[in-house]
Amino acid sequence: MSRILPAATGIAVLAALALVFLVVPTEADMGIVQRIFYFHVSSAWVAFLGFFTVAGASAVYLWNGSRGADRLAHAAAEVGVLFCSIVLVTGPIWARPIWGVWWTWDPRLTMTVILWAVYASYLMLRAFGGGDEAVARYAAVLGIVGVLDIPLIMVSVRLLRGIHPAVIARNEGGSGLVDPWMRIGLLVSAVALILLAWWLTTLRVRSARLEEELATLRRRLFVRPGEVA
Amino acid sequence: MNFLPYLFAAYAAIWIALFLYLLRLGRRTADLEGELRELKRLVDDRSR
Repeated sequence: MSRILPAATGIAVLAALALVFLVVPTEADMGIVQRIFYFHVSSAWVAFLGFFTVAGASAVYLWNGSRGADRLAHAAAEVGVLFCSIVLVTGPIWARPIWGVWWTWDPRLTMTVILWAVYASYLMLRAFGGGDEAVARYAAVLGIVGVLDIPLIMVSVRLLRGIHPAVIARNEGGSGLVDPWMRIGLLVSAVALILLAWWLTTLRVRSARLEEELATLRRRLFVRPGEVA
Repeated sequence: MNFLPYLFAAYAAIWIALFLYLLRLGRRTADLEGELRELKRLVDDRSR
């Protein structure tokens, strides 16, 4: 598995790039800059998946205190924030030529910033709160509450009349992916980034496991005989 | 309108962010593995 996942990720990413830059047709209204969408939208889906993983693993941790679940929640939060940051950087790069502004406080954009801030706070809590059990529990609650923002982001385009385009279906805000190759390009990009996120999460979980092993060894090494480690 | 610089900037940002994260993760893991080896050696020395 340790070799299959990076290899599968590499192949999927190359296939996605080949599709996005060599196969999918150029969108009629937006032109070449629409090609940002394939990785921008996929990054958003991967970030959502990461945050749902945080919520699920946090719930398991609160339920049975599993250290493995806590490690997974922490790792998924880090990878989720990474992909959410990519969304928040690539979005304005697309918006500048299309909307004429880098940023606007559209409902979907605003709620995505809130989502990013919630999980960035989760990471700060884990980084600066120490390895205390109580900190892990507070973080788990934050990880579960934060995910409630995702359904709001999903429906905000239609319910709150934002200007952000709906990617899959046509709506007033912008064009859908009309050509089948566009949909295939998006699907392959999503699979590639999901594999990449999965790989990064496993690496981060491994690093967290090493940190814990190291902490245990340190306690064993530096505790005097007769003291409780 | 030439939108190519925007397309280039977006994909550059994506790959730079992912590369830097992977690099940081790889370095951190290598440091931890080194430290762990050293500590295990110390524990073995002590238990002898």
